Amino acid sequence: MSRSSLAGWMFAAPAVIVLGVFFGLPVASALALSITDFDLYSLADGGNLRFVGLGNYIDLLQTPMFWKSLWNTTYFVVIGVPLSIAVSLGAAMLLNAPAARFKAMFRTALFAPVVTTLVAVAVIWRYLFHTSYGLVNYGLGQLGIDPVDWLGDPRWAMPTIMLFAVWKNFGYNMVIFLAGLQAIPHDLYEAARIDGASRWKQFLHITLPMLGPVLLVVGVITVSGYFQLFAEPYVMTRGDPLQSTVSVLYFMFEEGFKWWNLGRASAVAFLLFLIILAVTTVMLRFGRKRQMV
Amino acid sequence: MTREIGQSRWHPWWINGALLVLALVSLAPLLWMASVSVMPAGEATHFPPPLTPSRISFDNYHELFARTGMGVNFANSLLVSLAITLGSLLLNTMAGYAFAKLRFVGRERLFQVLMAALVIPAQVAMLPLFLLMKQLGLVNSFGGVIVPALATVFGIFLVRQYARSIPDELLEAARIDGAGELRIFFRIVLPMLKPVLVTLSIFTFMGAWNDFMWPLIVLTDQEHYTLPVALATLSREHIQDVEMMMAGAVVTVVPVLLLFLVLQRYYIQGLLLGSVKG
Repeated sequence: MSRSSLAGWMFAAPAVIVLGVFFGLPVASALALSITDFDLYSLADGGNLRFVGLGNYIDLLQTPMFWKSLWNTTYFVVIGVPLSIAVSLGAAMLLNAPAARFKAMFRTALFAPVVTTLVAVAVIWRYLFHTSYGLVNYGLGQLGIDPVDWLGDPRWAMPTIMLFAVWKNFGYNMVIFLAGLQAIPHDLYEAARIDGASRWKQFLHITLPMLGPVLLVVGVITVSGYFQLFAEPYVMTRGDPLQSTVSVLYFMFEEGFKWWNLGRASAVAFLLFLIILAVTTVMLRFGRKRQMV
Repeated sequence: MTREIGQSRWHPWWINGALLVLALVSLAPLLWMASVSVMPAGEATHFPPPLTPSRISFDNYHELFARTGMGVNFANSLLVSLAITLGSLLLNTMAGYAFAKLRFVGRERLFQVLMAALVIPAQVAMLPLFLLMKQLGLVNSFGGVIVPALATVFGIFLVRQYARSIPDELLEAARIDGAGELRIFFRIVLPMLKPVLVTLSIFTFMGAWNDFMWPLIVLTDQEHYTLPVALATLSREHIQDVEMMMAGAVVTVVPVLLLFLVLQRYYIQGLLLGSVKG
């Protein structure tokens, strides 16, 4: 082995070993765990462990709570992601407008929620959206709207969590969109204006296509992040009311660390991974196809 | 600033008004948190809900640290976040440099494997990782939080992107002069990587400080909780004490918010480097 090759391995080894032992190995074991009936008894004595093949997976597909959590998570992704991307893009376009003043200050203000601690701001939102003494209901009351039981009504709990997630995250994608918008050549808009294209047409035929690749990346990252919903329901609703905010990861957490069904919980984790992989792959395929036309 | 033709007709009032509304919505919950945290106990639940305290009181903070032991949790968070930041900075930088500048057998293949691993959600690893930590005796210890975070694919990738701009001639010249690889790394490479090291430090520190799910799993008693875990637990027991909870939220949020305000240029750069070019 040459000196350079040896040095290369020496430098890469510590990080690669950490990733291998504390990520690679657990991921591989998760697959193995998911085809066993690992539970509280196996935790005490490994002799109780049995191989169950696809039993956990088949079992899950017959568990109403799993389907409910999958439906809740899908609801969160299908409404939350487009909403979040629309707000991010809108904010980025406002910041990119030549007429905008104090751009650096506004950007910092809009980005601030991104760096805050999720648990802490979720607690804040819980009070702001409180039915009787929350400021949101008080404000709505001033407008003559009856109080809404935001986190206590099964119809409203998930939409409230969506609003919270959008508030917390939109700044992140906004910064990425802003960089993308700044890279669009101004002559394009100039030419479109001379041709008499309306503002909406300019957005449809210049801004969106030019942002295409960025939109695709942001979409994929956001979808995969939103599928991993956990801390928001954990802090804001504990999965209630009527289990309307139990997400797949929340279900996995309860199965694994409350009931100690680690085999079943691993199967949940793997199913979620496969779902995320399938959805993002379809998005990438679709994106590539569109760009070729 | 020149007036760009494509956008000149946007009414300046409309744009700045919309930005102002967005900024208010973004900051209002944080301002409300700060305001309630200095209200006398019980005031926030009056009707109509007050926006500002009738008098400034720091009793909530006193009570928070005296009664709930939040000071310990603050120290835990600081210790864990600093250890993760320093440790992973060293490991990720060494690996990132190796992937960018040192030719070694299997380099490209290994890098592809690391990149592919990015699609796997961290939660997939958590259940077996817990069992592994149990075997190693690291459950309910800071080591259980720190050790798995000592290297990240994102960190390696970030350093690699940046280190590729270091000229090979510079490294070769040092080798011809007889400098060892370690010496080259610490004396030549590290100083050149300074900007990306700052970026990576902020990212890592904030990530570690804000992390919730894994510390919640691996830390099992109050004494060892980091701030987010302690706050989540506290919010279950003291849900009626709005003012004290908000003091807890301030203590948790303000350190990362300040860090961001001071070093935001580096933070935004890292964000763009990590996602758009990735």
